[in-house]
Amino acid sequence: MNALKHTWTLTKIRIRLAMRNRAFFFFSLAMPLIFLVGAVVFFGRHTEWVGYILGAMLTTTVMGSFWGLSVQLVTFREQGILRRFRLPPVGAGPMLASSILSNYFMALPVVVIEILVCRWVLHMQSWGNLWAIFVLVTIGSATFSSLGLIVASVTNTMQETQMINNLIWMAFLFLSGATIPLAIFPQWMQRVALFIPAQYLATGLESAATKASTPYEVLEDFLALALGFWVAFEVSRQLFRWEPEAKLPRRAKLWVLAALVPFLLFGTWESVWGTRLNRVNTNYQTLRMTPSGARQSPADK
Amino acid sequence: MGEPIIQVDDLYKSYGAVEAVRGVSFAVAEGEVFGLLGPNGAGKTSCVEILEGLRTPDRGKVRVCGLDPETSGDQFKEKIGAVLQSTALPDKLRVKEAIELFAKFYRKRANTDELLRRFQLDEKRDAFYSHLSGGQKQRLALAMALVNDPEVVFLDEPTAGLDPQVRREIYDIIEELKRGKKTVLLTTHYIEEAERLCDRVAIVDHGRVIAEGTPRELKQKSAGTTRIEVRLARPLSDGMLGRLDGVASSREFEGMYVLHSARPPQTIVALVKQLEAENNELQSLEMFSPSLEDVFIELTGRRLRE
Ligand SMILES: Nc1ncnc2c1ncn2[C@@H]1O[C@H](COP(=O)(O)OP(=O)(O)O)[C@@H](O)[C@H]1O
Ligand SMILES: [Mg+2]
Repeated sequence: MNALKHTWTLTKIRIRLAMRNRAFFFFSLAMPLIFLVGAVVFFGRHTEWVGYILGAMLTTTVMGSFWGLSVQLVTFREQGILRRFRLPPVGAGPMLASSILSNYFMALPVVVIEILVCRWVLHMQSWGNLWAIFVLVTIGSATFSSLGLIVASVTNTMQETQMINNLIWMAFLFLSGATIPLAIFPQWMQRVALFIPAQYLATGLESAATKASTPYEVLEDFLALALGFWVAFEVSRQLFRWEPEAKLPRRAKLWVLAALVPFLLFGTWESVWGTRLNRVNTNYQTLRMTPSGARQSPADK
Repeated sequence: MGEPIIQVDDLYKSYGAVEAVRGVSFAVAEGEVFGLLGPNGAGKTSCVEILEGLRTPDRGKVRVCGLDPETSGDQFKEKIGAVLQSTALPDKLRVKEAIELFAKFYRKRANTDELLRRFQLDEKRDAFYSHLSGGQKQRLALAMALVNDPEVVFLDEPTAGLDPQVRREIYDIIEELKRGKKTVLLTTHYIEEAERLCDRVAIVDHGRVIAEGTPRELKQKSAGTTRIEVRLARPLSDGMLGRLDGVASSREFEGMYVLHSARPPQTIVALVKQLEAENNELQSLEMFSPSLEDVFIELTGRRLRE
């Protein structure tokens, strides 16, 4: 009970602090909206693509949780702020959980604006599966927050965190289908994508936004992200450090590998038995075949 | 002394090859202000942070309010308050937010508005942490140490780096705590601070307690001697100072000669005569009545402040 209360207390104050940080405000709130304006300019007349674009935009917004407040946590640790929080009865759990919740609550308004703009300004052909979008946004935000927390724990300085975050971020952006459609990649790259956490979020959200998948298929994306979240959160709790000079446990590398296990499992399963890549390719081809400007797309039936 | 509220027995702590704490023992009674006095690197912070449950000792027994800080968890944390030596708050956190945030973590809470008034932070309540002066930051740290109305308060160098005026403000606050019968464990490398505030003092050097007692008891160890510090134009011949009239001991610290004398007037006359004979010149001369500084010099052969 106390842990929940402390988590909520910390969440509120950390959101407030994040809002007072200009760089943070820009990257997590302003930037997605700038992309949105870009989308309006480029896709304004291609309504059949809007659902697909929305999926991609939601994915990048939600993946932003990977940066979010986990980076704030590194600064807190480096500046000795975190150790002050060790004196009162607050554990690592509420500290970590508040990072996740804050990221989520800050992503939500952007998500809502993106959906509304797509539907009302860009004439998206349907609302998509809003329920599935909501669930995937929620679990996705938690998963990527937790992955960010792991990086925050294993790196020692802000520079290091940003370097490693950038590397992983590139993979998330470009190998997930969130920016470049997976379907135009060569076969082997598509297979690599099966092992990337971001791919499950991207595929899930694109299907949900275009209503291109059955609930069962979205469920698999959800399960991958949920399992990924659960393991990553546990790993981040194990690796959490309050003190700037605290050393990483020797088993840290093993813990980091453990966080990848869920995606290795799902990736392996998908590459042997799954139909995910077929689905992704078919959806994309269907969209391409639709004449530009057509109001009705096959994906929307 | 009844059952001590802080009990430290044969404490050890190393960081790799650095032995920071080497067998420290002391006890603090309820309502007492106890000081750990020692130079930088003596091991004060290591001791205190073990008592706060922030560091793990290698060896030794520690009890605070009858609890083991390391294993007693929240029950222990509810009972203590602390000013840490190296810590900070987020730049963009407001004073009022900071104190209320920390108050919310405890079951027992002091009135935060009253704390802000008491620590003269009332008109700064909406200021960002980064806009506070050093003294204001430290007053906020002290106020935050009291948000849970703790039984024991740890103050790790609460006035280090502050200018004398601000330091005296903090002294007033600590004296108020003392009147309020709070148990306070204070670390410092300032002599006046220990002498003015502490009921009892343990002098710490190289991870060991080298003397312990009330400031008065400790000073009696160098009773009757006055410290004379002189600077000269040219270095002196070896051992000359020790042979002067009334001198009990003499040492050199980086060009400064420090004498302890039982009869200062005679010593000074003798010194001046000797200097004239050697064609040397007196650049400065200062006299100090006995203080904990002298105790430290006598015990270690070094000065406390460098
Ligand atoms: N976290 C640490 N890692 C390595 N060495 C440390 C650490 N903390 C303190 N030390 C070393 O231990 C010794 C005692 O330090 P400390 O307890 O901070 O003393 P004080 O507070 O009296 O200045 C110093 O030599 C210091 O460099
Ligand atoms: Mg210290």
